[in-house]
Amino acid sequence: MLDFLKQPWPWYIAGPLIGLTVPALLILGNKSFGISSSLRHICAACLPANIPFFKYDWKKEAWNLFFVFGILLGGAIAIHFLSNPNPIEVNPKLATELAAYGITDYNNLIPQDIMNWPALLTLKGFLLMVVGGFLVGFGTRYAGGCTSGHAIMGLSNLQWPSLVATICFMIGGFIMANLILPHILAL
Amino acid sequence: MKNQENTDFEVRSLDAICINESHLTHKWYHNLKYLVVGVLFGIVFVKSEVVSWFRIQEMFRLQSFHMYGIIGSAIVVGMASIWLIKKFNIKTIYGESIEFHDKTFNKGQIYGGLLFGLGWAVTGACPGPLFAQIGTGATVIVVTLLSAIAGTWVYGLLRDKLPH
Repeated sequence: MLDFLKQPWPWYIAGPLIGLTVPALLILGNKSFGISSSLRHICAACLPANIPFFKYDWKKEAWNLFFVFGILLGGAIAIHFLSNPNPIEVNPKLATELAAYGITDYNNLIPQDIMNWPALLTLKGFLLMVVGGFLVGFGTRYAGGCTSGHAIMGLSNLQWPSLVATICFMIGGFIMANLILPHILAL
Repeated sequence: MKNQENTDFEVRSLDAICINESHLTHKWYHNLKYLVVGVLFGIVFVKSEVVSWFRIQEMFRLQSFHMYGIIGSAIVVGMASIWLIKKFNIKTIYGESIEFHDKTFNKGQIYGGLLFGLGWAVTGACPGPLFAQIGTGATVIVVTLLSAIAGTWVYGLLRDKLPH
């Protein structure tokens, strides 16, 4: 059983489990699934700076912060007790492409060759981690949600604005991965 | 309640969450159940490699079905659950009716969506996976998370000047 759990889980197990988060949160306390809002609550709690967007009672949304802290703990539990001993297997085409940029370490979930502390001081690392993170935080709030709030919760509730947002997420991702990222990785 | 509260609702209605709140007040430890859901969710995230930068690269290069299968089946299960909740008027564990709020369209979903998509493909993570990656020991992702919080803050600052 434990051996089975240590394997990478296939999509048809993981997807439905992620989908079940939607009714779980609703039934536990009328909460709509959404993760990016936690970033806003952190702003409201730590640095509201008199900005109207951050002037609300974030303590009422504390459940969301418990939830994301749980995700962090879940990550730690999975890596310590259910860790897959083998490197991540990717499409050989991707491996060939990434090898050309010096990315060959598949032992972690993130590419350690380009995402590490010293790399932060390089232009490539700065673009990947700092600028990338900024776009994630700015973009999700501008869009009013991320993959969880729009793509999963919004589409599950048949909200067409969420479909628009999800399509735009994908367009942005395709443009970056295929047209812009190769130039960043080549730096 | 101050006047601020009203405008705040306008602001909040643009959000994925926030308006769908329980009307009951509970002690803080009731929030621990969300921590448990988060832990389970985080384990699924890591074990399915959804939080892997490599899987996101495959997805945006159409080199693997994995991520499409996960997101697609999650939506199907979510849709069926919401349909069942509405159909049988399922209540929360506290006996409250479950509420749904329609999202209103604004251009932010297009501009913000595109910007987030760019960031998603670079970092290989949406906000949830950032937390999970840190949990797996990728400490440098703390910087990415702080930068994402800064991005959210700057959005809040510039919100009135941006097209919506």
